[in-house]
Amino acid sequence: MASAPDTADPSKTRRLVGWIDERFPMTKLWKEQVSEYYAPKNFNFWYYFGSLALFVLVNQLVTGIFLTMNYKPSAAEAFSSVEYIMRDVDGGWLIRYLHSTGASAFFIVVYLHMFRALLYGSHRKPRELLWIFGCLIFLLLMAEAFMGYVLPWGNMSFWGAQVIVSLFGSLPVIGAGLVEWIRGDYVIADATLNRFFALHVAALPLALVFLVIAHLMALHEVGSNNPDGIDIKKHKDDKGHYLDGIPFHPYYTVKDIMGVTGFLLIFCGVIFFAPTFGGLFLEGPNFEPANPLQTPPHIAPVWYFTPFYAMLRAVPSFAGTQVWGVLVMGAAIVVLFFVPWLDRSPVLSIRYRGPLYKIALAIFSVSFIILGVCGLKPPSGIYPQLAKICTALYFAFFLLMPWYTKIDSVKPVPERVTGHA
Amino acid sequence: MRKHLILIAVALFGTALSLGVASAEEGEGLPHAGADINNIESLQRGARNFMNYCSGCHSLKYVRYNRMAKDLEIPEPELQANLMFTSDKPFDTVVSSMPADAEAWFGKQPPDLSLMARARSVDYIYAFLKGFYVDKARPWGVNNLILPATSMPAVLSSVQGLQKPVYHSEKDEHGSDIMVLTGVELMTPGALKPEEYDQFARDIANFLDYAGEPIKAKRESTGIFVILFLLVFFAFAYALKKEYWKDVH
Repeated sequence: MASAPDTADPSKTRRLVGWIDERFPMTKLWKEQVSEYYAPKNFNFWYYFGSLALFVLVNQLVTGIFLTMNYKPSAAEAFSSVEYIMRDVDGGWLIRYLHSTGASAFFIVVYLHMFRALLYGSHRKPRELLWIFGCLIFLLLMAEAFMGYVLPWGNMSFWGAQVIVSLFGSLPVIGAGLVEWIRGDYVIADATLNRFFALHVAALPLALVFLVIAHLMALHEVGSNNPDGIDIKKHKDDKGHYLDGIPFHPYYTVKDIMGVTGFLLIFCGVIFFAPTFGGLFLEGPNFEPANPLQTPPHIAPVWYFTPFYAMLRAVPSFAGTQVWGVLVMGAAIVVLFFVPWLDRSPVLSIRYRGPLYKIALAIFSVSFIILGVCGLKPPSGIYPQLAKICTALYFAFFLLMPWYTKIDSVKPVPERVTGHA
Repeated sequence: MRKHLILIAVALFGTALSLGVASAEEGEGLPHAGADINNIESLQRGARNFMNYCSGCHSLKYVRYNRMAKDLEIPEPELQANLMFTSDKPFDTVVSSMPADAEAWFGKQPPDLSLMARARSVDYIYAFLKGFYVDKARPWGVNNLILPATSMPAVLSSVQGLQKPVYHSEKDEHGSDIMVLTGVELMTPGALKPEEYDQFARDIANFLDYAGEPIKAKRESTGIFVILFLLVFFAFAYALKKEYWKDVH
C-alpha cells in the first residue's frame, strides 16, 4: 500500500538518506560533529596541525595496508621484501616513502600540535581529559614508531631495538625476565620481529584509532579552545548561535583543505627529492641488513626520539645501576599528563600572560631542540654537558610551572575573540 | 592574507630545505664524485665497468638484468652479449661467481653492492675506488685511504696503475715524530690516464647509485610535476577558502 511521503520531517523526503536516518543517526552525527559543530572563528596557523595529524594518520593506515601486502615479517626475508617493494612492486617505492616520511611527519605535526596547546592553554579546564587522551596518543605513537622502525630489519633496526629493549633490563628484580618476555628470545630475533609486526599493524593502530576518536569526541563535547583562550559560548545571537563561532563545515573544511595542500607541498618535496632527508628519516646503516655481529659505528635512534634518548644518556649511573636514566626518560613523558594541573595561571592564552611564562616556554622549546641534537650526536665533546643542562631545563619548565605561572603578571582578557584568519 | 603568505613561505622553504638536504646528502668530508643519475651514458659505462671488473666477486642481488637494461636503455641483444656473464635469463638478478668459501680467501665474503651507495654514499664509492695504495704490510700488498685495512685487493690496478702513500711528518702530543698519511700519488701508470680513471670510477659510482635506488631518476622527474600540480591546487584551495570566508567578520 503506497502512502504519501511524510512531509513533516524534511529528512524523510530524501529517500536514501531518509531511509538510512531512520535506522542509523547519519545526518545527526554529521550535524553534531561537523556541519553544526561551532568552532571559534579566530583559529590561526597553529590550528592546522590537528587536522594534519589526522591526515597523516590516514596516510599511515592506508600506505601501511599496502606495505603489509608485500612485506614478509621474518628475520630471513624482511630486508629483502622491503627491497622487493622498492624495486619490483608497482608504485611500491612511493608507498614505502609515503609511509617512512609519514612517520617523521607524524611527529613533526604532533610536536607542533602539542606546542600549540602550551601556547594557548588548550590543556586547561575543561579540556584536561582531551589533553590526557592526546598524551596517550603520543605515547602509543612512540611505541608504534619504534616497532615500525624495527620491521625493515636493517642493521640500525636491529641495534636500535637492542638498545631500547635492553633499557627495560635495568629495572630492578623484574628487569632480566621482562626483557626476555618482550623479545620472546634471548636476543633480538625472528620472534621479536614477528611480535613487533603484530603490534605494529594490528594492536597499536587499533588502539590509536580508538584514542583519536575519543580525543575528537572529548574535543567536540567541550568545544575547541582558541588563540585568545576565552570561552566562545558566552555570547550568542538571537538564534542561539555563538557570535564568535562558525560551523566547522564548510569554513574549517575548506580552510583545512588549504592547510593539507600546504603540508603536501613540503611532504612531497621530501618524498620526491630527499626521502632519506640526509639520513635523518632513513638512516644509512639501515640499508645494510641486520647483523648481530657488527654494530653500526654510531647507534642513534630516529630524530623524533633523540630528545628523550639524550635525557637517558645525560643521567649518570648511580649506586651501580643505569636505571635512573630510564626513569628520567619515562618521567619526561609522564610529567606531560600533569600539565593541566601544574599550570596555575588565571588566563589560558600566552597572549594575555606575563613575561615569565613566555620566557619559560622559550627556554623549554630551545632546550627540547638542543636535546634532540645532543641525542643525534655521539656522546663526546660538549654534548653530554649540554644534554645535562637541557634535561634540567626541560624538567624545570614543568616542575616550577605552579610557581611561575602563579606569580606571573597577566593582561586583561577580552570578552570576544580578536580577529580571524 | 599575511598568514597565507607565511604559509606559502613555509611550504617553499620546506621544499627548498629538502632540495638542499638532497644535494648535501652525498657523503660528508669526501671529495665530490660529480655523479649524475640522469646521465644515461655514464650509467651505461658504469654498468659495463661493473660487469667486467666487479661482478666476478660482488653481486647485485636486488638488481634484475632486464630492469637495468630498460632503465639504462640497453638493447636486449647487447645486454645478453656484453653484460650478462653469470646468467642467461634476463629476469635474473646479478649474482657473482664467488664460491661460498670466498671468506677463506679474503677473510670476508665480498659484500653485495646493491645498496652500498645508499648505506655509504656515491662519494664514498668514488673515493674508495681511487683510494688504493701500496702497503706491503697488507695481505694483498695494498691498503685503502677510505677503508683502512680493507680486505679487497687492488683489482683495478691494471687500469688505474699503482699509487704510493704520501706521508707528512708531524710531532705528536709527546713531542716525538710521527708520520701522518695525507694522500696518495701515482707510482706506476695504468692503462688509463688519471682523468680517464676518475671518469671510470665516477661511472661505477653512478651506476651503483642507480643500483641502490633504480627509481631515483624517475622519482625526481615525477616530483617536479607533483609539486607544480600542488602549487596550482593550492591556488584553487586558497581561492575557495577566501570565497567561503568572505562572510566571516
